[in-house]
Amino acid sequence: MSSPPRSSDPRLAVAASEPLTAAALEDRLDELLDPVLSSRRTATRLAQAIAPLPRAHQDFVLHWVAVIARTNPEMAYQFAAAAPQALATLDLSFAEAWIIEAMDTYDREGLYRGSQVFKGAAEFAGRARRGSSAVTFEEVAHVLELFVCALSGRHMRLDTAAQPYTDTETLHLPSRLGLAATKENNFLLYKAMTTLMWAQGRYGTFNADLLAVCGNYDDPQHALAILNFLETVRLEACVARVLPGLAREMTRMRGGVELDPRCTGLCQPWTTVDDSIKLLAALYGDFTPPRHAYMATLQPEQAAAVRNARLAREKAGLQSVLADMLEEKDGHTPDSAGLPSGRFSIEGRQERNADGTPQYVLKLDDAPVHPPENVTQLIDSILQDLGEIPDDYLVAAGDGAYRQAARAEPQPADVWKGIYHEEGAYFYHEWDHRRRHYRKNWCVLRELDVHPGDAGFIDQTLGRYRPQVSQLKRTFELLRGEDKLLKRQSDGNDIDLDAVIAAYADMRGGMELAERVLVKRHRSERNLAAMFMVDMSGSTKGWINDAEREALVMLCEALEVLGDRYAIYGFSGITRKRCEIFRVKRFDEPYDTLVKSRISGIAPQDYTRMGVAIRHLTTLLNRVEARTKLLVTLSDGKPDDYSDNYRGEYGIEDTRQALIEAHRSGIKPFCITIDREARDYLPHMYGPVNWTLVDNVAQLPLKVAEIYRRLTG
Amino acid sequence: MTRALHARVLKPESRLIEKEPYYERVGDEIALFEAAYASQIPVLLKGPTGCGKTRFVEYMAWRLKRPLITVSCHDDLTAADLVGRYLITNNETLWVDGPLARAVRAGAICYLDEVVEARKDTTVVIHPLADDRRILPMEKRGELLQAPPEFVLAMSYNPGYQSVLKELKQSTRQRFIAIEFGYPDPTLEAKIVMTETGLDAENIDKLIKLAQMTRNLKGNGLDEGASTRLLVHTAKLLRRGIAPHAACSSAIAEALTDDPEMLRAVNELASSLF
Repeated sequence: MSSPPRSSDPRLAVAASEPLTAAALEDRLDELLDPVLSSRRTATRLAQAIAPLPRAHQDFVLHWVAVIARTNPEMAYQFAAAAPQALATLDLSFAEAWIIEAMDTYDREGLYRGSQVFKGAAEFAGRARRGSSAVTFEEVAHVLELFVCALSGRHMRLDTAAQPYTDTETLHLPSRLGLAATKENNFLLYKAMTTLMWAQGRYGTFNADLLAVCGNYDDPQHALAILNFLETVRLEACVARVLPGLAREMTRMRGGVELDPRCTGLCQPWTTVDDSIKLLAALYGDFTPPRHAYMATLQPEQAAAVRNARLAREKAGLQSVLADMLEEKDGHTPDSAGLPSGRFSIEGRQERNADGTPQYVLKLDDAPVHPPENVTQLIDSILQDLGEIPDDYLVAAGDGAYRQAARAEPQPADVWKGIYHEEGAYFYHEWDHRRRHYRKNWCVLRELDVHPGDAGFIDQTLGRYRPQVSQLKRTFELLRGEDKLLKRQSDGNDIDLDAVIAAYADMRGGMELAERVLVKRHRSERNLAAMFMVDMSGSTKGWINDAEREALVMLCEALEVLGDRYAIYGFSGITRKRCEIFRVKRFDEPYDTLVKSRISGIAPQDYTRMGVAIRHLTTLLNRVEARTKLLVTLSDGKPDDYSDNYRGEYGIEDTRQALIEAHRSGIKPFCITIDREARDYLPHMYGPVNWTLVDNVAQLPLKVAEIYRRLTG
Repeated sequence: MTRALHARVLKPESRLIEKEPYYERVGDEIALFEAAYASQIPVLLKGPTGCGKTRFVEYMAWRLKRPLITVSCHDDLTAADLVGRYLITNNETLWVDGPLARAVRAGAICYLDEVVEARKDTTVVIHPLADDRRILPMEKRGELLQAPPEFVLAMSYNPGYQSVLKELKQSTRQRFIAIEFGYPDPTLEAKIVMTETGLDAENIDKLIKLAQMTRNLKGNGLDEGASTRLLVHTAKLLRRGIAPHAACSSAIAEALTDDPEMLRAVNELASSLF
């Protein structure tokens, strides 16, 4: 692993091998931790504890105190306090892992949890020793997510928590499992846990009001624990019917513990949560539930809240899509109430799906109809929750109250309202160069549409640059790859009769028979997709914004001639929780009036958090199939964001990292900037040649298309 | 004693399918195809890969007693490849019909497999053949080939490809009657795998469950779920005594994806089932 970084402080560089004195350490710590020190809380004791350490360890501590203090001084203080003892048990590479875990926890769950990790160094050391066989959530999360999605078709989020539980939409798993002796078995534990929690949702554990049931006992917690065990028995039997291979592993993991004979009734296929509740009444009092390593816990409160919200949403959703189906069908005119007539019903069938859920036929006025995919998904999801579709769910709701309820779903713009601020958003990691580590799911990004502006802007621009536009179009036409018929080729797909006749004549005349007698169709296809990423930060206000929009108009005109696939997105945002990407033109959209009005609607917004924008657009660009993929940024300055340190080195390093990621995935990034100081930072971000400076803003409209031509010609 | 290892050489336009190909009716596709045949309307078969489109065409060729000429389309398929070209022998040019021209002459079923893969200009040559004119212009010969009533143009198309480039032009697709194919429902699919391979019902049941699980992953990391064809392959491996895990891994997981995490997820599904 890496050696501890040298501190660049000249005072510390005097005698690099000599340990620092407590006084020198105190000076340094005073400086670094100043915001959280007071007359009662000084750095003296910290310095005294660090002083006996070898110099390498001292440097290590000071370096990380400095790094952490930039994120949060209190965390840095906690680290300094915990470090001397921790370094006695952890070597430096493990200590680094320990710091990273604490900082990740801080990022995710805040100061209290983060400092708990620092305080729990001994526990971390214990885990580190067992570490070789442990499996972390990070390692398995994606595989398990796919696994669960495959089981039911319903996408479920995975997250970490101290105790495994599910709220029926998110499966919470421990951040690390090291109970078993091998990595395989620890993974199996994760898999079994995940499957059981999936089964809780699938086989209706939360279909009863568990909170009320357990509330009737004098020790509700104990009752819940018994109920959890009984449900685990029942669900294991369900899992065994669907996934016998996994059930075998679970039996093995139980290590031959016999099932209490009183519980065997729960293994029958027809049992429901109500049978477990009945058995709970019989067992309560003289039964201690055994605990298996893969068991999850029950959190009925969270589950009920999430489940009810989902049911309400899906009921409204189903009613609304059924209304759409009716509208699409001829012959169903809206009746007097303004609702289309027609009665839907659901009929069960004998066949069952892979996971044992019933198949059904959707009928409209007793004639089977083929539901579109979104209807099928909703019905499946409701069936998973309720086991049936209640009749009132099948009432098609037109533009009535239900439709409005459906529309009242969280809009991206409502990001700050209520608890839905993370719904429907994309999450991206961010690179923290000081920690040399990603901050997980640090940025919350949303895609929004640009509010269409005045379409007249396009005509004005085209009028103003008319001669230049036609010139541009001509130069771009030259670039356009067209099929050419190459004559007199030695290989090809058809005969060049002229060449053959000439060859025969030559042969008769005693010359050699020419070989080049074929025609070949040569296709110089431009297999290229370009993504334009336009700076919509507040600093572009005024003529820069005008120049940007004009440049886009010229670019689109030229690209339409060329036929390259291209997309245009704007980016802006304020803080990591509100990064925004504005759709101007998607790859599959034509350059039409709507796109034109969006171009003219591009308006300055907030800040430039570039890293996350690049990561998102990289994802979009990578969905396009093309031999060459270009990511062209139009920018007016350095990456910058409001308040949280993004300005300066951090932002530049994160942007650089995002560009490295893009490059690794096969994208060629390029930057066109108008910032005269770009030379100081752009070469570091984009590489020495992948950027260009247009120092006269007025020239931007003419230059951008020209630069593009040079780039791709 | 060595048996001569020669493939049989057959002229496609004169080869009739003698043995009834195994095909399970899913909906009213047979009636639709027959009606289209009788009305001389070309047919477009839509559906994911491996769900039985090609088998269906073979079955219909047998049923209608017409020769079947299949052209697998690729992105270098030119109009000349379909219509025909001149070759030179003995100081003379010699015209050789392409598969489409042969099919028209023989009144065969011409099946263009994966038609979106072909170049755009290639699909245009079938236009006059696909509407009520039913003629194939042979530009180089200055001839028009009028199709007999028995001639059927059929093509297959997988709408699952999300690429903008691989969309069928409206002017092409609107000339066809479209028959949609999906994966058969579990009971029927089990029957198909059983008939094709003779595997026992219990293992087939597990395979079908695995297939449905992978189909759940479509759009979540997989472009397509496991097709019926893959199930048949896996079942054949199982019949030959390959262990379930190895069979599912090589016939299903590896066939579906290269992504290591997705591979692992599919393999975990298989090991949970078997």
